[in-house]
Amino acid sequence: MTTKDIVLDHVSIRFGSYTAVDNAHLTIRGGEFFSFLGPSGCGKTTLLRCVSGFSEPTEGRVLIGGSDMKGVGPNKRPTALIFQNLALFPLMSVADNIAFPLEVRGISKKQRRKRADELLDMIALPGVGDKKVHELSGGQRQRVAIARALAVEPDILLLDEPLSALDLKLRHHMRTELRAIQQRVGLTFIYITHDQGEALTMSDRVAVMNSGVIEQIGDPESIYNRPKTSFVASFVGETNAIEGKVVLQAGEIVTLETPVGHLQGKAAGGRRYKNGDPCYLFIRPEQLEVKSGLEAPNTIAASVVKEEFEGSARILFLKANGIDMRITRVNRGASDALANGQALVCAFDPDHATVLPHGPLAGA
Amino acid sequence: MTALRSLFQPMAAKHGLGAACFIGVAVFIWVVFLIVLPQISMLDYSFRLNLPKPDIGGPLDVYTLDNYAYFFSGNDGQLNTLDIGILVKTLVAAVFVTLIDILICYPIAYILAHSATGVAARLMVIGLIVPFWVNEILRAFAFRVLFGATGLINSIGMGAGFWDQPIDFIRADVALYSGLTYAYILLMVFPIFNAVEALDRNQIEAARDMGASWWRVHWRVVLPIAKPGIASGATMVFMLTAGALAAPQILGGPSNLWFTQLIYQWFNESANWQRGSAYAVILLLVCIGFVMMLMRVFKVSIGEIGR
Repeated sequence: MTTKDIVLDHVSIRFGSYTAVDNAHLTIRGGEFFSFLGPSGCGKTTLLRCVSGFSEPTEGRVLIGGSDMKGVGPNKRPTALIFQNLALFPLMSVADNIAFPLEVRGISKKQRRKRADELLDMIALPGVGDKKVHELSGGQRQRVAIARALAVEPDILLLDEPLSALDLKLRHHMRTELRAIQQRVGLTFIYITHDQGEALTMSDRVAVMNSGVIEQIGDPESIYNRPKTSFVASFVGETNAIEGKVVLQAGEIVTLETPVGHLQGKAAGGRRYKNGDPCYLFIRPEQLEVKSGLEAPNTIAASVVKEEFEGSARILFLKANGIDMRITRVNRGASDALANGQALVCAFDPDHATVLPHGPLAGA
Repeated sequence: MTALRSLFQPMAAKHGLGAACFIGVAVFIWVVFLIVLPQISMLDYSFRLNLPKPDIGGPLDVYTLDNYAYFFSGNDGQLNTLDIGILVKTLVAAVFVTLIDILICYPIAYILAHSATGVAARLMVIGLIVPFWVNEILRAFAFRVLFGATGLINSIGMGAGFWDQPIDFIRADVALYSGLTYAYILLMVFPIFNAVEALDRNQIEAARDMGASWWRVHWRVVLPIAKPGIASGATMVFMLTAGALAAPQILGGPSNLWFTQLIYQWFNESANWQRGSAYAVILLLVCIGFVMMLMRVFKVSIGEIGR
């Protein structure tokens, strides 16, 4: 197995005056499952096309295995791209699709067929080689696209939101499958998605992007538990964002003055704040607990707006002094259902709340 | 009848009885009066003798294969090489014109569908369509002016010193081929455009990513998608070229007859409508047979052409 690192060396991509990618600087390690996560239009697909060779960076360099890819066409790079809509050839058989990259390289028909059958075995679809693409289900097509990309043994597989066309259940199944294929073949996967669930479950590391800028790079746990910017905190997973001003910092614990009283949280990355700095306090819905009495500090008085029942969990929508909040509670039976309009108090552990400087929120 | 009813009833339910009746009547008139009856009467004519008026309907007016026999063996029983030769030459020429049209129109249609955008695409379409406002005869004469002994091309060629004597483009059939090729270019561009437009650009990029050269991208990815469009364009261009009359009349060389001109001569100059009809039927059947054969060879079904 080859392990070629991909280095994006201060890469910027501009279209006229519009900056699609702004100074992306990172190293993707060989054999890693690396995801770019961000809302549509954040520049992640542009960056991927730059790695695949369909476009060149305006500034900076792309290095694969130490060599500069400038002027190297998509077909000359050790990468294979899987398109969002898969781009399988509808008029070719499944085997011809998979063997197309081999056909291009002038490999004999017999060997092509043999390799196609091997790959079909690998993706657990033996015997479908003679079928037409439209005879396969969405998930099967997905796997055929992967097999086609793997046919010429690339070092790096680039995947551009390949699961977005599938239905929910299949999408969840394919996450496991993609991860398993990646571990089996040991290749570097670079995965583009706007679905944080996909990014978190499959990846070794995730880069969260917003308007062309990489906001944070890290493993899924640190992205979720220790976001470094307000965008990351609000984009990855559900969260409650409460605006406030710093009134006190004692070590890592910062106290904010907010519309719902004084609240404490941890300063992300050991950051120091001055009194009066505008900040956000982020608390995950699963970190909030419903309490019976007012236990200062770090309690919020609120009233129930509605409750959604999701089976394994109940999501409680609250209003606290005009701020919308939500709490996720594990379902332990019907007895803990709450009536609309009921007043309650919710509490949290300051260690599980994150204080971040004021900045843009996702979807805002 | 039940098939007709199953077409009529949903239409009446969807668009109202009046509209359904109008469409029914219009289609009936179109099919019966404009297609079936003229063809039947021509077929009927082709099996009759060219008799003087008093004998029509008399004992001499019987069905005969004479007119068809004449095409194959003339009056003397020898093989009618002249007429058969003209038919073969017409078909070969029509095939050439069709091939040239495919070669010209495939790139145009591809560029129109996948490269040209906005103003450029609109200009291209206008550039293709507007010249066809000029009527067919005038266009044919324009080609004559272009290719004549003292025409534009000869003046430029000789003026620039490429050749000394005027080249006889008319006798060499260059003018005829150009005229016919241009006459039906739209009938080739738009079906191919229709077919190629459905192609997903990602497929081209995917093929490029896998290292396919541009010709392989076209051969394996674009061309299979374009095939039904090419087939429907080719059938139209072939049929119309083989049946063209004005362009061969105006642009054809002096010693060079098109089969339609032969039919025309039987009808008008020899006043032998019966034999003319037989020749027209022969042309129609040969063309249909030829097209069907090619569709078989290229594995195109009639349904794909209708798309």
